[in-house]
Amino acid sequence: MEERLSSILSSYEGKREELIPILQQIQGEFGYLPEQAMLEIARFARVPESSVYAIATFYTQFRFTPIGKKHVMVCRGTACYVRGASRVLETVEELLGIKEGETTEDMEYSLETVACIGACGLSPCIMINKKVEAKMTRKRLTDVLGKGEAAEA
Amino acid sequence: MAETTASSDASKTYRAELLICAGTGCVSNRSFKIRDALEAEIRQRGLDDEVRVVTTGCQGFCAQGPIMIFQPDGIFYQMLTEEDVPLLVEEHLIKGRPVEKLMYVPPEGDEVVPKLSDIDFFRKQRLVVLRNRGLIDPEKIDEYIARDGYRALAKVLTGMTSEEVIEVVKASGLRGRGGAGFPTGIKWGLTRQAEGNGKCIICNADEGDPGAFMDRSIIESDPHAVLEGMAIGAYAIGAKNGYVYIREEYPLAMQRLHIAIDQAREYGLLGEDILGSGFSFDLAVHRGAGAFVCGEETSLIASLEGRTPEPRIRPPFPAQSGLWGQPTNINNVETWANVPVIISRGAEWYASLGTDTSKGTKVFSVVGKVNNTGLVEVPMGITMREIVFDIGGGIPDGKQFKAVQTGGPSGGCIPESLLDLPIDYERLMEVGSIMGSGGLIVMDEDTCMVDIARYFLDFLRSESCGKCTTCREGIAAMHDILADICAGQGEPEHIDLLGELAEAVSDASLCALGGTAPNPVLSTLRHFRDEYEAHIRDKKCPAGVCRALITYRIDPDKCKGCLLCTKACPEQIIRGEAKKPQTIDTEACIKCGVCRESCKFDAVLVE
Repeated sequence: MEERLSSILSSYEGKREELIPILQQIQGEFGYLPEQAMLEIARFARVPESSVYAIATFYTQFRFTPIGKKHVMVCRGTACYVRGASRVLETVEELLGIKEGETTEDMEYSLETVACIGACGLSPCIMINKKVEAKMTRKRLTDVLGKGEAAEA
Repeated sequence: MAETTASSDASKTYRAELLICAGTGCVSNRSFKIRDALEAEIRQRGLDDEVRVVTTGCQGFCAQGPIMIFQPDGIFYQMLTEEDVPLLVEEHLIKGRPVEKLMYVPPEGDEVVPKLSDIDFFRKQRLVVLRNRGLIDPEKIDEYIARDGYRALAKVLTGMTSEEVIEVVKASGLRGRGGAGFPTGIKWGLTRQAEGNGKCIICNADEGDPGAFMDRSIIESDPHAVLEGMAIGAYAIGAKNGYVYIREEYPLAMQRLHIAIDQAREYGLLGEDILGSGFSFDLAVHRGAGAFVCGEETSLIASLEGRTPEPRIRPPFPAQSGLWGQPTNINNVETWANVPVIISRGAEWYASLGTDTSKGTKVFSVVGKVNNTGLVEVPMGITMREIVFDIGGGIPDGKQFKAVQTGGPSGGCIPESLLDLPIDYERLMEVGSIMGSGGLIVMDEDTCMVDIARYFLDFLRSESCGKCTTCREGIAAMHDILADICAGQGEPEHIDLLGELAEAVSDASLCALGGTAPNPVLSTLRHFRDEYEAHIRDKKCPAGVCRALITYRIDPDKCKGCLLCTKACPEQIIRGEAKKPQTIDTEACIKCGVCRESCKFDAVLVE
């Protein structure tokens, strides 16, 4: 990890305004923000570790635990909400057997919600690894999540 | 829309051009696969010299995606699949017979409408900001230039002073499209006059309102319009640096923005000494990280500086002291994209569109319980009825219209009695809503207005930055009361209490997030007080949404005993013999609604 960290950090100057881009790149690389990385970032930018945490915990984008291979985000935007996003979330929770914010034990799936992914014309929608899946129904959900058998049970 | 697209290879003309929509909506419906299939089929038939496939930005009619426009005939094809491709090529391209079964049929009608220009969704629109929508490939600067792109910048750099540019923008009447509606020319003038030699401009593309995607769509379909607007603004204001602050959730828009910036630099339209004028301007992209409060100017600036994005007291305004303490001008995507047209066609022309106080057009995302969901651009002053019923095609499944929510979590709802209100900044304020950034969410009889108020307050509760006590605690308190009402524990005094809290939150919070947070509650109380009373007094949810207040029942007259619901029920509590009416064990029912969704005979009732 140290090598990957220092190679990322070497492309920055260590200015305060680079904190968010650094955090984004490190999360892009590791899938989350490892504790060690937080410490290294603080040293690199010459700010207290608490400042790095203050930024990272403020934004919904950042997380401190690893995520599964398939990152499922259920949209909670208003258009999706009036067209049944709550039910979509319940169905996904049921199909994957995890709650919002959790990851399956086999590290296959992580489930989160997102304020809006801007595909409101096709609501309700979800996003799997940055790919938008539109007009979700129970059937479409079982298809895109590859959980056909679970639905039959 | 009869124009044909510009070709990036000027020497080449094509007999036909197939314009495939590649906005986020159509891409999620596999439009790239269709493009690939079309290209392969065209090559296989040896037509690649006479026909070309163009991927365009969002065409707006998301509901019918993936969509394709066939030029020069102007035929609108919709809901395409890869299987349709051989037929389409064979019939339309080879035999010259347009394929009816892939054309659009209006919600209330059975006749196809072949041409885009005849479809109601497009007919009432007036494209100014979205002037290049669906006509150019957003990843090719040549196509933007061929449609007069960057001419306004050239005009400004070669023949206008900064003051003249600002005067034109002032005279046009353009107001901020991010929601607040501050006159753009005045804002520019203030930053221009401020002292400081490191002035900068920012494009706010952090589109935080849930249910809105205007900015995403503009960047995806015409990124150079935004860049050109910014370069003109930078010249007028005297800024050398610019930033685009864009939402992380918009990967496609981000990619197109980067491509556009690289191409503009390569053509000398960004960077040092633009067009030999001596004027230099360049910009950087900053990815947001998902915080609604960053839509507020001072928060956005704090975020760019790498600080916790809490708003601060104004004055000083960003125009005096913004990024790094330098005079800073922030406008949103749509505002910037208006600028090149205003310069090219003149302030007078622009001001001829719209109402007394609100000039030009507005882009709206029309979504929710409406047939033609998508992105539309209409002149200011159009009525909500025209948007929802003429352009939007009315409410699906024969349901009753209930309200349109505008302005996102800071806005309010417009009930049926106000549908004929002409839309402009002032009139929306008068009825307790705001223009906002342009999200229009249509709600029908199945939407509970108390639940919607609770939904917005839940959103705001988690997005409050926590700096002001009234916002942090007040919104949470209001949310909890609404949650109680939805859970059947509402008390008559709750309504007054909500009013008092609303006043405190709105008066004593520093920024607009807190200042406008009570709007969804106040506006639903104003227009739908009867629904609140039904929840509190009668313990009923008229829309059948709030689970504590509803029961599911099967209508024995409609039930055919097909057992679809019995199989679908996750709790296995629907019982009865096959081919006979079923019954739900209401005591054990978790009210998930799966039975109702699975029923083909509308036999599951909510009471």
